[in-house]
Amino acid sequence: MAEIIHMGGYGSYVWSAFGLTFVVLLATVWLTKRSLQQTRNRLTRRLRSASATEASS
Amino acid sequence: MPSVAYGRQLDAIFVLSMWNWFFKLGSPPHFYRIATRLEPWLMGGALVLLVIGAYGGLAMAPPDYLQGDGFRIIYVHVPSAFLSMFAYSVMAVASAIGLIWRMKLAFCVAAASAPAGAAFTFLALCTGAIWGEPIWGTWWAWDPRLTAELVLLFLFLGYMLLRQAMPETRQADRASGILAVVGVVNLPIIHYSVEWWNSIHQGPSLMKLETPSIDGDMLWPLLVMIVAYQLLFIGILFTSIRTQILLRERNTRWISDLLS
Repeated sequence: MAEIIHMGGYGSYVWSAFGLTFVVLLATVWLTKRSLQQTRNRLTRRLRSASATEASS
Repeated sequence: MPSVAYGRQLDAIFVLSMWNWFFKLGSPPHFYRIATRLEPWLMGGALVLLVIGAYGGLAMAPPDYLQGDGFRIIYVHVPSAFLSMFAYSVMAVASAIGLIWRMKLAFCVAAASAPAGAAFTFLALCTGAIWGEPIWGTWWAWDPRLTAELVLLFLFLGYMLLRQAMPETRQADRASGILAVVGVVNLPIIHYSVEWWNSIHQGPSLMKLETPSIDGDMLWPLLVMIVAYQLLFIGILFTSIRTQILLRERNTRWISDLLS
């Protein structure tokens, strides 16, 4: 286990490369999903308000 | 010969059904449905393969005879670099299709691949720097390959900024599409840079005609990681394409049916 963390002296380099990759990939997936959800919510709201004005007129 | 005629008929039916499938795929509502259905499988598959590949690369592959355990950065560096170029190819080809045939979905694909492509390029540059420090003794050098990869990052960012600066979608599609197509000259420069110029970057170990110059135990985790990144990219791409479709088709009937 200590060997895996130490990585023959390259531990800080190897683990920071893997860690950074993990964080950036996760952030990309999250931001993409959030953007889709926000767009859906916005269009749904717009649709509701449009049908509301249609119904009231 | 009746059998030959029958075979030809089958061929014709096959070609027609392929064409029909392709044509339907190009229709936004149909693509939206397919993308929604495939997305969890792509993301799930990517996650499983990422875990297997990372475990194989970190724990099972033997240390390199020159770089020791430092070489293990290859398992996150090479897939990022490969996908950065793959994402740019998708963006450029989709832009060209959009510009030539005025296909709406093609521009959706192009616009959707830029953010993921920028993320992969950023990762390729950063993991390369982290690898360069202990092995080359420097984080960065104005080396042909490194510089060309940095230009790729600027192309992705320029593409996204250009789209943001243009309020009208059609105009943004055309202008950013031309940028994407022109910028494609950078791809062969990245790929062949290590052969054309004296580079501190090592030569190719995978993408060449001869057998890969890398041991099998080291190779399989790398291939698993590349496939995982591909699946992840397509998963992100599909999500992002759905956002693009929603924005562009917001005034159509099928979107209001979908959202209500």
